[in-house]
Amino acid sequence: MLTFILKRLALAIPTLLILVTLSFFLIQMAPGSPFTGDFNMPPEILANLEAKYHLNEPLYRQYFYYLSDLMQGDLGPSLKYQDYSVNELVAQSFPVSLKLGLTAFIVVVVCGVTLGTLAAVRQNTFIDYLVMTFSMTGVVLPSFVIAPLLVLLFAVTLRWLPAGGWNDGSWQNMVLPVASLTIVYIAAVARIMRSSMIETLNSPFIRTARAKGLPARHIVLRHALKPSLLPVLSYLGPAFVGIITGSVVIETVFGLPGIGQHFVNGALNRDYSLVLGLTIIVGTLTILFTTVVDILYGLIDPKIRIKH
Amino acid sequence: MKFLSVTASVFVTLFAIQLIPASAATVPPDTRLAKVQELVRDNGAEPASLDPHKIEGVPEGNIVRDLFEGLVNQDADGNIVPGQAESWMVSEDNKVFTFKIRKSTRWSDGSPVTAHDFVYGFQRAVDPATGSRYSWYIEIPTIVNASAIIKGEKPASSLGVRAVDNNTFEVTLEQPVPYFIKMLAHPTTFPAPKAVIEKHGEAWTRAGNMISNGAYVLDNWVVNGKIVLKRNQHYWNNDETIINKVTFLPITSDSSRLHRYKAGEVDITYTIPLEHFSKLQKDIPEQIITVPELGTYYYSFNTRQPPLDDVRVRKALSYAINREAITNFILGQGQKPAYAFTPESINGFTPPATHFSRMTQAERNKKAVKLIQEAGYGPDKPLTVTLIYNTSEAHKKLALAVAQMWKPLGITVKLENQEWKTFLDIKRKHRFEVARGGWMGDYNEASTMLDLHTTHHGQNDSGFSSKQYDELMARSRLARTEDERNHLYARAEKILAEEMPVAPVYQYVDSRLIKPYVGGYPMNNVEGTTYTREMYITGQ
Repeated sequence: MLTFILKRLALAIPTLLILVTLSFFLIQMAPGSPFTGDFNMPPEILANLEAKYHLNEPLYRQYFYYLSDLMQGDLGPSLKYQDYSVNELVAQSFPVSLKLGLTAFIVVVVCGVTLGTLAAVRQNTFIDYLVMTFSMTGVVLPSFVIAPLLVLLFAVTLRWLPAGGWNDGSWQNMVLPVASLTIVYIAAVARIMRSSMIETLNSPFIRTARAKGLPARHIVLRHALKPSLLPVLSYLGPAFVGIITGSVVIETVFGLPGIGQHFVNGALNRDYSLVLGLTIIVGTLTILFTTVVDILYGLIDPKIRIKH
Repeated sequence: MKFLSVTASVFVTLFAIQLIPASAATVPPDTRLAKVQELVRDNGAEPASLDPHKIEGVPEGNIVRDLFEGLVNQDADGNIVPGQAESWMVSEDNKVFTFKIRKSTRWSDGSPVTAHDFVYGFQRAVDPATGSRYSWYIEIPTIVNASAIIKGEKPASSLGVRAVDNNTFEVTLEQPVPYFIKMLAHPTTFPAPKAVIEKHGEAWTRAGNMISNGAYVLDNWVVNGKIVLKRNQHYWNNDETIINKVTFLPITSDSSRLHRYKAGEVDITYTIPLEHFSKLQKDIPEQIITVPELGTYYYSFNTRQPPLDDVRVRKALSYAINREAITNFILGQGQKPAYAFTPESINGFTPPATHFSRMTQAERNKKAVKLIQEAGYGPDKPLTVTLIYNTSEAHKKLALAVAQMWKPLGITVKLENQEWKTFLDIKRKHRFEVARGGWMGDYNEASTMLDLHTTHHGQNDSGFSSKQYDELMARSRLARTEDERNHLYARAEKILAEEMPVAPVYQYVDSRLIKPYVGGYPMNNVEGTTYTREMYITGQ
């Protein structure tokens, strides 16, 4: 197991390096610069700014500067938010995305797995149809439609919950964003869980368990749940990164100070260092969680347990 | 040197100091104030900085004007009133400006604001090491050596500003700039706390590090979340400030701003989305405010390449735009049609009527057809032009309408929307035929608009170059009276109408939603300059 983890980590370094290199040069290719603005700066002022951020030097040199700073954990200054370094922006926004993401993730797992299991156990009954209807609707309704609808109902009309803001992550401020963020994932997980559970319930070992006269609840929870979770798990790994790195839509609609807004605004503002910094973080998280998923796979399914 | 409080306007300002308290909350006598004086303002976007010498946009300006104060302020109507300076004098040749700094003015840590803080502020704004995007603002009024410092040829300490003593600040210009005082309500000319900046570096603007000399101090700053300001107890006019706490929210989504306003979480919105305007006007007309703005929406014609290098084509396109239809039926928020580049809201200058502004639309359309035929286009030689605009529903609506208006001329219009920075890049490189443009004045004087069309101006997207026009604008700086200057501006406008490098479409307005309990919002300030300290919340 340890060798496996070490191997994966060793592989992560070149992967990240390729990611950084590609992103570094790609973003430079976008038209305009961090300093292209409504007002066209006189060339001498532009030159002063470029000199301040080393943007006047050859690209390869900028790239090595960036790498050497990166080695020391310095993601550079933000080119748009001039009072902050990228490290500071990440330090401020990542905990927000993490808290929102983790809450949403737990909600997704609990609701998605429960609903999917219920639908599978009660296949072709009213419950199954209900879950599947919800699931279909959830999958097709994008969050930019759900979020404003929820706000309109619960914040503007009923005034039960705030329409936006983070307020240091108080639960009132989290309900609507979490709901808007999770509906689509719950729907997807429920569907995957349902089909996977149906498949498991039809497999020979469950038939044996039934034949032995085990109670239905015992069969589902003790024997069928674990193997049925495998496809859900491979979906959840990348989904988790997606959830934490923030849904831009949710963050914009609710005015949340997470990293999703930084990502999109960073690209629009040509804030090279901010975009690169976030790319590295998202890249690292993706690698980390796929590794975690692989390890969990091994723990859940003895058939694919890693031999060493 | 002989000092005079020369011009009538300066005299009036000096005289006015005795009569009106320098801009503060003015509450009508029978108004009952609410117990809780807290205001939440939708500020449109996350500020790029809170450093007065680095900022450039409106969201930044709104907050920085609450935190810091310059030599002068603007009142609710946009007139210049004393700020940190209680009075000033102008030399006879309009080149040396001497300001008396209030003895009572303090930074938020209690230390006095002195002329040295202004010297440092001005120097910092032009110093290349600061990386100010707005250092040109010190260059425009030709402050001695500003240009050379920005180019790196001279040290920042050589700038034409000095502290005569702790309370006397002097600025010397290379050329006379009569409207210099009007430029000083802008954050680029604000003082800065040297010791704090040197101690904390770029992080001096964080809550806890920052000290400020305005009505408020920074209490909390969550990037993309909120910025909270609290009363500065050391502000010289603190007694006349009413709002205790103001929160700025960087709301970027139009539907969110509306929802949060309706949910009671926001007291003043940054704007009103076009598509909701008519419904809101029906539902809550009393909560809508519309203030004319110092800006013009226009289409730039690329004068450097065919077919728009032909003035007849440019004129035809401009004439065929039915501006009344656009302002009345497409926009409908109180915008006025624009036939001149300078908006009517500008102080001290009324743009002249030009021959095409006096025609009816039918006459303009007829003339447009004639011009396009003269230029050699017709059924045998159809004309196709590409119109580019930055991605936005509002720009799209307008572009579609204009394309329709150009159809009777036999012109096929290709519309292209582009992401903001790509759009700007293409415009700057003059790789377009027709491009959407908009310009908001930086100070309330016609040159802030008209300078745009001088040959070497950074914003001259049309590539227009006229020796006569450049000369007129250069001469306007030397004009000794307002009449003489206005005469030159009028001639410049006439050249624009004759050469049509751009087609002005409409004059901007600023519309917002504002809760009925908020008082003191400046309803006539065309520059959109607001100070929270002038506002108040009324109670039941």
